[in-house]
Amino acid sequence: MNVPLPMFVAVPLVVAFVLPVLPKAGKAVATLLANLATVCLVVLAVLSVGEARVYEMGGWSIPLGINLVLDGLSSLLLLAVSAVSAAAMLFSTRYMEQYTAKPKFLSLFLLMVAGMNGVILSGDVFNLYVFLEIASIASYALVGFGCEHEELEAAFKYMVLGSIASVFILFGVALVYGNTGSLNMAYISRAIQGTGMNAGLSFALSLFIVGFGLKAALVPFHAWLPDAHPSAPAPISAMLSGVLIKALGVYALARLIFNVFGVSIPVGWVLIALGLLSMVAGGFLAIGQWDFKRLLAYSSISQVGYVVLGVGLGVLLLATGANVAWASLAILGGLFHLVNHSVYKSLLFLTSGSVEMATGTRQMKDLGGLADRMPVTRAACTVASASIAGVPPFPGFWSKLILVIAAVQARFYWIAAVIVLVSVCTLIMYLKVQRYVFLGEVPESLRDVRESRGSMLAAMVFLTVLCLAMSLLVLVPSLRVAVLEPAVNVLVNGADYSIQVAGL
Amino acid sequence: MKGMTVIVKTVSSWVKVLIFLFGIYIILFGHLTPGGGFAGGVILASSYVLLMLAFGREFVEDNLPLPVASRLDCLGALLFALIAVLGLALGGTFFVNFLYQKYLVGEPFKLVSGGTIPLSNLAIGLKVGASLFLVIFALSVFRCDSEKPGSPRLSDPPAEKKE
Amino acid sequence: MLYALCFLLFMIGLYCAVVKKNMVKIVVGIMIMEYAVNLFLIMLGYRAGGTAPILHASQVDPQTASITAHFLNTAVDPLPQALVLTSIVISLGSLALMISICIRTYAKYGTFDITEIRRLRG
Repeated sequence: MNVPLPMFVAVPLVVAFVLPVLPKAGKAVATLLANLATVCLVVLAVLSVGEARVYEMGGWSIPLGINLVLDGLSSLLLLAVSAVSAAAMLFSTRYMEQYTAKPKFLSLFLLMVAGMNGVILSGDVFNLYVFLEIASIASYALVGFGCEHEELEAAFKYMVLGSIASVFILFGVALVYGNTGSLNMAYISRAIQGTGMNAGLSFALSLFIVGFGLKAALVPFHAWLPDAHPSAPAPISAMLSGVLIKALGVYALARLIFNVFGVSIPVGWVLIALGLLSMVAGGFLAIGQWDFKRLLAYSSISQVGYVVLGVGLGVLLLATGANVAWASLAILGGLFHLVNHSVYKSLLFLTSGSVEMATGTRQMKDLGGLADRMPVTRAACTVASASIAGVPPFPGFWSKLILVIAAVQARFYWIAAVIVLVSVCTLIMYLKVQRYVFLGEVPESLRDVRESRGSMLAAMVFLTVLCLAMSLLVLVPSLRVAVLEPAVNVLVNGADYSIQVAGL
Repeated sequence: MKGMTVIVKTVSSWVKVLIFLFGIYIILFGHLTPGGGFAGGVILASSYVLLMLAFGREFVEDNLPLPVASRLDCLGALLFALIAVLGLALGGTFFVNFLYQKYLVGEPFKLVSGGTIPLSNLAIGLKVGASLFLVIFALSVFRCDSEKPGSPRLSDPPAEKKE
Repeated sequence: MLYALCFLLFMIGLYCAVVKKNMVKIVVGIMIMEYAVNLFLIMLGYRAGGTAPILHASQVDPQTASITAHFLNTAVDPLPQALVLTSIVISLGSLALMISICIRTYAKYGTFDITEIRRLRG
């Protein structure tokens, strides 16, 4: 079905601006409208799987106008973003009752989703920057939504680092425009294939790696994440950790490196180094944490390291001219891990929100024995923890296995060893979570804790079912060919982007 | 906030009309001369800022209450989205200039020309003007207590400022 | 040469954002960086001896309704100007949010000094 691509951006944007117009008594109507918007996005994303289209805005042809591009990678990420945002919106109908100004929260949430969809669909470098800023500024405001001491401090830290990253990205865009004379990704790709990289373009690429690396929280630039993700309300932590750092950071970096700038050996090694550093540092720092959400935040850093490692391995293998099948496998591992992590990390943050709303604390030393009192939360947390730690029938195992096989095939045995080691670390940290939060003795203060109700329960059950079904995505061949293979092909045949989009 | 002296109040009550008119001029002629929606909107908001400085915050709040400004803001954004969606419905592509293509071509270099671009300018000018007014109004809620310097409060009612 | 001065301004802004301890000075540093990048972007379109890219009726050939070659050869590039306009709007929104976070933080903590606002650690 031919879904007009701007609908992905227009639907959340229009609903976000309709919500403040409704009268104060219409809070239920506002919540219903916002939920309808996210469900509509899920339907649109599912309908556009498997198509590859270019949409020219305003009827102006490339390169005069701005175009939106839907290919395999975009549709995969649109599915992830819309699924997680539908679940988070459903969760927040009940969870945000603790805060005031709920319609403003819903507007900002929908603006963030509109910005992310715009980044994923954009075919033009400056358009990518504009939507990146829309999503980022909405997320800065959402992190500090509660306006308590810690949330404001975390929001300020996040905002300063995020703004510096955005300025770096704008500087990179300016350098790219100055050196190639065009802003359209297909035209830039063609120009770089023709003339090669000069000093200005190399500097622009390094600025992009720093800027998008900071948005993706890779290790030298991760300082904002351990403060921002715990302080945000739980559905926003789920969105930030689950989709924002990937859509704004990893996706944009992959799109620019594979499709626009072209692969090269130094870039591959830089990405592998950043990925390994993130995996190891995130893993080790997470084990010592006693705050539930802070542990999950450090674990996010570690898992994004896996994704960047897979992508970087693909870059290196393509650049050295090795077997294309090895590079495809590495990129498949990275992308599948990206989608997996969106689902189970957001489920983990939603369960932590459910625990926090029921008990009022996030410190694991004060929790315990909640297994009988909150059975659904406990089941959801166990499924997600087993998945992220890599226990066999769950999807996390398959994505890590693919990455290990890809590393061994390319004869990087030490990388495979590090992947396995960090997986063991991840298992340790999630056993810690299970032991201190759900098993053990119930403290006196938590005797009357009860299970969460209503929409929070529905959201967690939805994500648990999705988490269990994700294994089918890689095991069932028809699903893999329909959803994952086009995404991998877009990146592996990165040089064909200009031909497919603009026919150059 | 109390406001300023009689001279400032008198002069600003004459000048505010000129500033507002200038803002509307910049918005309307945005497709012919430099400026357009954003610059015109900023000038509209700055006329209200002048009023806020000269007469005090309460006067402006009675003049343009916050819920009205918020609704004008959303109205501007929805108008812009309406123009884009009408382009999809009437012209076939999102955001296409459907007035220029079919209905109202106009002559170049006159006020009625350029299709939907002047309408987009109007929508943006309305939105930016209302938004900036709301932002500056919201930022001016915080004030310092003049007896204990360095300790701000978030509160109304405003204390009497010692001259 | 002018591009190097732009880059120097960018570095000054980066130094200010990284080294200073007062929250408002950090915000000012970020604004200087954005200003430097906007300046760089505008200078990319410059053409020596060029004119503003505003079309006037005298620059349109009446018979063929096409723009005269003289205008096309002397006008400055208008695309970076549109980009900078968008970038200024974005940095305005970002600045408003940063200042409001600063004000709220001052109301809660009582200080603008970031070395004293350190409840989150580990």
